[in-house]
Order: sequence, then structure tokens, then C-alpha cells
Amino acid sequence: MQPQCPIPKSDFDMITLGHGSGGLLTHQLLKSGVFDILKNEFLDQQHDGASFILNGPVAFSSDSYVVTPAFFPGGNIGELAVNGTVNDLAMCGSIPKYLSLAFIIEEGLATDEFRQILVSIKEAAQKAGVKIVTGDTKVVEKGKGDKIFINTSGIGLIHPKAGIHHKNIEPGDKIIISGNIATHGIAIMSVRKGLEFESMIESDTTNLNRTIENLLDHFGTDIKFLRDPTRGGVASVLNEIAELSSLGFEIDQKTLPIDDQVEGACEMLGLDPLYVANEGIFIAVVKKEMADNLLSLLQNDVNGRKATVIGEAVVDHPGKVILKSRIGGRRVVNYLTGEQLPRIC
Amino acid sequence: MKYLSEYRNPELVEKYLELIFHVTTKQWKLMEICGGQTHSLVKNGILDMLPGQITMVHGPGCPVCVTPISIIDEAIYLAQQSGIIICSFGDMLRVPGSKKNLLEAKAEGADVRILYSPLDAVQLAKENPGKEIVFFAVGFETTAPANALSIVQAHKSGIRNYSILASHVLVPPAMEALLSDKENEIDAFLAAGHVCTIMGMEEYHPIAEKYKTPVVITGFEPVDLLQGILMAVQQLENGEYKVENQYVRYVQRAGNRLAKEMMMEVFAVSDRIWRGIGNIPQSGYEVNEQYKQYNARVKFKLNLPVAEENKDCISGEIMKGLKKPFQCPNFGTACKPEHPLGAPMVSSEGTCAAYYHYASAKEPEEII
Repeated sequence: MQPQCPIPKSDFDMITLGHGSGGLLTHQLLKSGVFDILKNEFLDQQHDGASFILNGPVAFSSDSYVVTPAFFPGGNIGELAVNGTVNDLAMCGSIPKYLSLAFIIEEGLATDEFRQILVSIKEAAQKAGVKIVTGDTKVVEKGKGDKIFINTSGIGLIHPKAGIHHKNIEPGDKIIISGNIATHGIAIMSVRKGLEFESMIESDTTNLNRTIENLLDHFGTDIKFLRDPTRGGVASVLNEIAELSSLGFEIDQKTLPIDDQVEGACEMLGLDPLYVANEGIFIAVVKKEMADNLLSLLQNDVNGRKATVIGEAVVDHPGKVILKSRIGGRRVVNYLTGEQLPRIC
Repeated sequence: MKYLSEYRNPELVEKYLELIFHVTTKQWKLMEICGGQTHSLVKNGILDMLPGQITMVHGPGCPVCVTPISIIDEAIYLAQQSGIIICSFGDMLRVPGSKKNLLEAKAEGADVRILYSPLDAVQLAKENPGKEIVFFAVGFETTAPANALSIVQAHKSGIRNYSILASHVLVPPAMEALLSDKENEIDAFLAAGHVCTIMGMEEYHPIAEKYKTPVVITGFEPVDLLQGILMAVQQLENGEYKVENQYVRYVQRAGNRLAKEMMMEVFAVSDRIWRGIGNIPQSGYEVNEQYKQYNARVKFKLNLPVAEENKDCISGEIMKGLKKPFQCPNFGTACKPEHPLGAPMVSSEGTCAAYYHYASAKEPEEII
């Protein structure tokens, strides 16, 4: 005889509202998904939160990820969520240690896709050397989300030699960019509905913490400022730094590293690559005398092969970023206004 | 990048600048028609590299900027009707109508979609037979062929729930309107390369002749623009007024025959109000009688009151080339891309937006 009462499905191929109920289905989802894939000594305790000891000053950062589509060339929202927060911590001059991980899932997400995202999270966390120590899962009705949103928060220990602060920036300091600009934004656009175009462009999302740690080991406080130019692109970050430091910034368009295909796509779409979102690169403002040495070290790092000096801090035009164009003209580079493309990360 | 880097070559730029300095002996005012040209001039810092005697005046060639407030209101009205999906190029969404813009209408629940091609709108109509799809068809002669094609395609596929809200404008009547204005100070035109790729060169000869004004059909890259400027100044210095073609790699004398036939099939020339300039006779396209079932104005019996422009916006003077953005008291203060008072600040091709995004490295008072 078939049982008449509704028995919760234990072997499910999509996530439903029940998985966010806090009851048996939630338990099953966590058991057969989150916990077995992300397994570590902190999660195994299955507490309401994580407890651990940290010795020394820390950096703390949080970010939410709503990228659409959730799967894009070169990655998915899972690794983006780990790399994003890891990189924010690294930019504070810290060595990332622990992350929290919270999902808001729209019902109907295929379990396979969720597992793929979890596996990417695990791999990205392993690569960065961070542990996911606590988290949360909520499910919302169809139409109230977009597949999956993720929040990660993280804690890192400040590197003993780090002194990252805009107040340390002086005229003459060099601005270094670690790699090709605009790659992530264009990779996402190439698969965005209504805008699809064929390309081989893949997102460069990656964790930058080990690269930064190595630079701090060698150059300490000669690294004055670090920032990853995600939303708003390189232009917006440079404006932020110029404003914070009350110095002028001069950059040379000729030196800006960009992939040929990405540049072509920008031309086609009418976008200025300086305003397109990035993921796997950072901007460093460094002491003038150390710039060459730092660049050689960075160019030997997997995340810095295309690293180059793009400009310097100057006394003139405080708070303004001036670009010397390819043909020798000069113009102001402003903040991004509005959105070039929403939900890029 | 192939086919682009050649036209951004610093040595060629240097060479053309030298020639321009060499031939220029008098004060000249040149108007580049197209917003794309304006952006390239400003973005590459070319304005500061030219001889002091040459003033570049920025023309009305930004379709978003010249779309009148009343047509924006029509689009918003349609978007607010249940069962209608308004499709538009992204730039149109932030242009203020008399009360709000399409983006605000969307936030209030109107179904507004950003598309990159009118053919996508036809596809949307096919996928949503229970809805009316209206494509907000703005643009010069450049976008008109694709918009015409969308109507022909819809017609051939028996799609009846598709129409366009046309706001098409034509370059030559606008040039005539500017030249016959009593305040006109323009000595020569750089005509828009893309428009001429479609339309060819012929329609500019009578204008050059009648107003004794050189017209040089010009491209968009730094080398194109400098070569175009050189050709125009050479004519002016020699007392000539011819139509010349700098953009030879795309523009043919007769233009693109197929594209022109497509436009003639669907559109009829009509009077059109230009934002900031006013009514210019025979300066636009409207869907013709034969295809009127695809004309949103006919289909939805649009008859909205004519709205007034924001009096604080001097877009008319900007688009006639009488004033520079820095001469507007609201530029960069009350009027910014995030809250524009008028269209030239909104569109990516608008003159005010170009000056705002890519301001000269010099202080404003130095370049007025």
C-alpha cells in the first residue's frame, strides 16, 4: 500500500521552498550538499556559528553576489563569491582566514547546478587557503529571486609588514595594474541575454591573496595602497584614490594592458574599457623607487604576468585623474555614472 | 587592433596636426554633425591639440538628444498601458519626459525592455502573442533601415502585435535649418560618416552650393577627424565649397542601395520637431500609409498634449553650436548624467555628456 501522507522527498532534483523551511528538507540539503562538499572541522561542529582564535589585528569584509547569468564563461557565482571577499580582505593588507557563506536561492534551482556552485566554492576556498566556517541557506518563491544570490563575509589577519592607507600616498608614487583590464565585464556581457556574441573571452576571476601576501613580504609599507577595480572599473577606483589622497593622478592610455578580443568587444559595444568591471586584477600605488623591483616580482607571479606601470601620483590637479590619450591628447577621467551593465558580480 | 589602430596612429596624428597648423591662417568654425565624432574629439583630447584659430562646434547629430519631450511622453504613456511592452535602446530610458523618464516608469511597474536590435523586438512579439510590442525607433538615417526591416519582417511573418513609435530624423534638413538661422556662424561641416554610408553623398551637393559651405564626409577615429578637419580648412582657405569624402573606406557616392530601398518601402518623409531646435519641415520619417498598422501612433490613437521643454536646459543653443556646455550655468551642478535636465547630458553621444565624461584637462575657462 502506498503511504497517503506527504513524505518529504529525500532524493530531489530541484530546490523547493521546503528546503529553506528549517525542517527535514533543509537538513537533507545541508547534509547531502553543503556539509559534505565544504566539510571542515568548523562546519563539522554544526553550531549556530563558528568559534575560533585569532591573534592580532584583523580585517573584516562582506559582499553580496547577484551576477547574472550565474554560470558564465570562465566561472560561476560560487567562485566569484569566494574570490571577491578574499580579494577585498587582501586589498586591506590582510591574509584571509575564515569566510561565512549565505545563500538566497530561488525555488526551482536545479540541485545539480547548486552542487556545481558548491564544488566551485570549495575549490576556490582551497586555492585561497581560507575556510568556510559558518553559513545560512534561505529559499524564496519563484520570481522573487534570480536562481541564486550569495553573500560571503570574511576575516583576515593583517600582514605584519602591511601599511595600506591612502594617507601614505605621495607625489611621485607609481600606479601599477596587475593585469589586463575589462576582461570579466566583457565575458559576462558576451552571454547576457539580448547581447550574446561569440567570443573566447573568459572571466579572469581568481583569488589574489597569495600574490598580495608575497608582495607585502618583500615590499611592506612601500606598498601604499591596494584596490581591486571591480564595479565601476579602473576609472572609478583611480578617482576614489585621487579624491581620498587629495593628489592628482596621471595615467597613460598607451600603457593600459587589454586583451585584443576584449578591446574589440568594447569597441563594438561602445564601451570605454576603463569603466568595465574587473575581477582578477588589482591596482597598487607604490613608492617610486621600488616600482621596478615590485614589477619584476609581480610579473613572475601567475596573477601578474601582464603587470605594468600605468601612471603616477602628482601634485597638480588634486582629486582629478588625467589620461594622456594614445595620440597625445589629455583629458579628465571621471567616475562611472549610472551602470554600464547591472549585476556584473 | 586591426582596422582601428591604423586610424589612431600617433605619427599620422602628428603629421595631420602639422599640416592643419600649416594651412590655417584665419579663424574658422567647423561643425561636426555627429555625436560619435564629438565624443571621439573630446575623448582623445583632440580639441586641445588644434590651432587656436579653429573652433569645433558640436552639431545636433545625437538622435537621443533631439527626440522631443512629447515623443518621450508618448513612449511613457504606451509603457504604462497594460498589455504593452515598450522596447528601446538603453540610452532612451534616462531621457527626461515632461514628468518622468522610462526608467522611472519601469520602476513603477511598466514593462520596458532594453534591446539592441529592432529584430529582437519582432522576435519578442512572436513569443508574446497576447501582448502588444512597441519598438521605440529613434535615430538618423543610420538606424532607419533596420527599423524598416523589422516592419517588413513582421509583415511577412504575419505578426500583427508589433508596431514602432518612430522618431526618425534626417541630417540634410537639419543642416539647412542651421545654415539659414540668422545666428549661424558655421563655416564648414564635417558630415557624419555613418549616415553617408547609407545615404551616399549626393544630397549634400545642393547644400554646399546654396550656402557656399564646404562639407567633408568624415569618419570617427582621430586620424579620420584630423584629415576631415584638414580637408575642410584647406577648402575654406582656398575659398572653395565642395562636398568631399574623407571616409572613403565606407562611403560610396550613391550610398547603400538596398538599405535606401528598405527605408523607402516603409517610411514617408514628414515634418519633425527637434528637441531644442523646434519644428524642421520634412526632416523626419514616419511609417507610411501602406504599413500604418505598424505605426504605434495610429494603432493606439496617440494624441497627447505637446509638452514644454525644461526652461533651465539650453539644449537648443548647445545643439545649434551657439554655446558650449561650460557656458550653461547648470552644467555639472543641477545637470549631471545621473540627473539630467535635458537630453544632451543623457545620451552617450550627447555633447554635454561628452564634456562631462571626458572633460578637457585644461580648466573650463581656457577652452570656452
